[in-house]
Amino acid sequence: MKIQYKGIRSWLLTMDHKRIAILYLFSILFWFLLAVLIGGLLRFELMFRGQTILSAELYNSAFTLHGVIMIFLFIIPGIPAIFGNFFLPIQIGTDDVYFPRLNLLSWYLYMAGGGIAIVSLFSSGFPDTGWTFYVPFSISTKTNVSTAVFAAFVLGMASMLTGLNFITTIHRMRHKDMGWMQIPLFTWSLYATSWVQLLATPVISITLLLVIIERYFNVGLFDPAKGGDPILYQHLFWMYSHPAVYIMILPGMGVISEIIPVFARKSIFGYKAIVASSMAIAIAGSLVWAHHMYTSGMSDTAIFVFSLLTFVVAIPSAIKVFSWVSTLYKGSIQMTPPLFLALCFIYLFSVGGLTGLVLGAVGPDIHVHDTHFVVSHFHFTMFGGTGFAFFAALHYWWPKMFGRMYDFKKAYIGAILLTGGFMFHYVPMFILGLQGLPRRYFDYLPQYETGNFYAGFGAAFMIVGIFLMVINLLSSLKKEKDASSDPWGGTTLEWQTPSPPPLHNFITEPEILAYPYDFSGVVERYSKDDKGE
Amino acid sequence: MNNIVNPVTLVDQSFYYIIGFSFVFLFAITLVMIWFVIRYRRSKNKIPSDIRGNLLLETVWIVLPTFIALSMFVSGWRSYTGLRNVPEGALEIQVEAQSFSWLFYYPNEKETENEIVVPVNTPVKLNITSLDVIHSLYVPAFRIKVDAVNGIQTYAWFLPEKEGEFNFQCTEFCGTGHSEMNGVIRVVSKEEYEEWVNKEDEW
Repeated sequence: MKIQYKGIRSWLLTMDHKRIAILYLFSILFWFLLAVLIGGLLRFELMFRGQTILSAELYNSAFTLHGVIMIFLFIIPGIPAIFGNFFLPIQIGTDDVYFPRLNLLSWYLYMAGGGIAIVSLFSSGFPDTGWTFYVPFSISTKTNVSTAVFAAFVLGMASMLTGLNFITTIHRMRHKDMGWMQIPLFTWSLYATSWVQLLATPVISITLLLVIIERYFNVGLFDPAKGGDPILYQHLFWMYSHPAVYIMILPGMGVISEIIPVFARKSIFGYKAIVASSMAIAIAGSLVWAHHMYTSGMSDTAIFVFSLLTFVVAIPSAIKVFSWVSTLYKGSIQMTPPLFLALCFIYLFSVGGLTGLVLGAVGPDIHVHDTHFVVSHFHFTMFGGTGFAFFAALHYWWPKMFGRMYDFKKAYIGAILLTGGFMFHYVPMFILGLQGLPRRYFDYLPQYETGNFYAGFGAAFMIVGIFLMVINLLSSLKKEKDASSDPWGGTTLEWQTPSPPPLHNFITEPEILAYPYDFSGVVERYSKDDKGE
Repeated sequence: MNNIVNPVTLVDQSFYYIIGFSFVFLFAITLVMIWFVIRYRRSKNKIPSDIRGNLLLETVWIVLPTFIALSMFVSGWRSYTGLRNVPEGALEIQVEAQSFSWLFYYPNEKETENEIVVPVNTPVKLNITSLDVIHSLYVPAFRIKVDAVNGIQTYAWFLPEKEGEFNFQCTEFCGTGHSEMNGVIRVVSKEEYEEWVNKEDEW
């Protein structure tokens, strides 16, 4: 049956979902840390007016790179490819994903996409279009946009195949005793995400190919002189890229829905409502893309409809926030680094969601569209949201994945530096946006100097916090394995296997709970421990 | 002219309405969350209660936010109609964007670059297009922003109620000189405007 390799081949040719997850973990961490440093460069350049450390050309390439890497190489694959790959099969009580070979292929496609992105940098100029690749600029600029969009195309393939794999796995490989309403919420969130990945990604794939075709053959699809329409590109782009923000945030919400109950030692509040809201976000979130285009010149009727739908999609996110907070009520709450990060997530994501209401409302959006306000808003949702969920997931599942516990104190210091720096970085950007500072500005008018100066300090704190957390986690790998199979007192199936789990995940047949967040067993076990039995 | 509602007021009202509610929500959620974490910490509350949901509570927090969200939508949309409905008798200026400057054409064929002069208390309509890639004309003081797209005419209008200088900037990334693509709107008295607009171009 399965061939057992040794050494490096046991990793590069592995079809074990857990090993693939760890391959993803280290490759994604590499790209993330690189993009963090590039983001830092942007911020430091903006601290003072005029040119300081980057030229205008380099600055424009740097924000393009920061965006492309963060979106396509970190946030979209981040949680599903690492934690989804590792824990989805375990949470549904099976030994692997449905298509293990395809899973490995996804990783190679991911690496190839990253490689092509690097090639695009060192051949005929850094791409300088922003991650949105808006036409006609992306068609007329002389830099190497074709290679960069091709990288995004390949990464899209990896993402689609992962989605396909997860959907099939959840349908076909669930433990025979596990019904749909017994699936853990993290897996549910991946199910919703996977559908969006599978259905929306082809749109961006085609669109990116059209950009390449335009650059080489100049057909005129987006050129009004030839009967094309530049706004068509924006529709096609956002038709994927807005659902993509839900690809980014839904798995993060799933992580939070796992962490809060475990450390409150109490059932999640409103399991079915959270499941339903995940699916509602996936569906409604696919119908709001043109709220990125209120100023584009599209019809007022379209603006009316898209604004209305945008407010509808706010509701399921609000439901989740209310459910998480209510879960804490009358719990037995143990503070740990993953819970701390999850609580920071709730706060930061709420700020991001609420400022999203300002952007969904047409009149106010006209003012703040394409300003620092928007940049701050999506960093609150994408970093304060998905990024913090990513770190929460790392700290929550690290002992399970590697069998080693990390140092709590350093984790807290890192998390506090990150959160404090985050506020210092992005709150001034809200104010700058309201004052009218556009995004993607290499230089700015004198009235915007103060906010930019302070934001730079925030960025520095964030970078230190991030590296401290990562180094703290990595240095735990030098220790002996010390994590028990269930260090937190969880109810989902990954806590029924050894840390780290063996090749086929379960040594004994897992016990499926009638309700996935029934903590009565955990409470009983720990109260016995307290009495020394 | 006094019966024209300045859309700036409408936009700001909508903004404060939304952000006001948001602050209330944010504070409520955060304070309750912190209170629960302190009140129900494990050292004080060893045995958790088994509460899995509450239909009434969940219904309330679906229905109530829905109404609030819809009211936010309405306020945003109303302020937008203010930005779209140009009052009669507006001064119309043709705007052409190019990398990296703004060209303005007055009705009497006077031309300017990166600067417009307009009379106070007169609505001004800008008809906008682009000669090359997409740009976007943004005047923060008047809360207006609209893309300049080659082959398409877009518009925005504003009511300058105070004399003074107001910046405008490009907000759609257009290349190396994007952040330098800005200029000034000078709002002057009607007399001064008449004198300025009828003066022959010096260049």
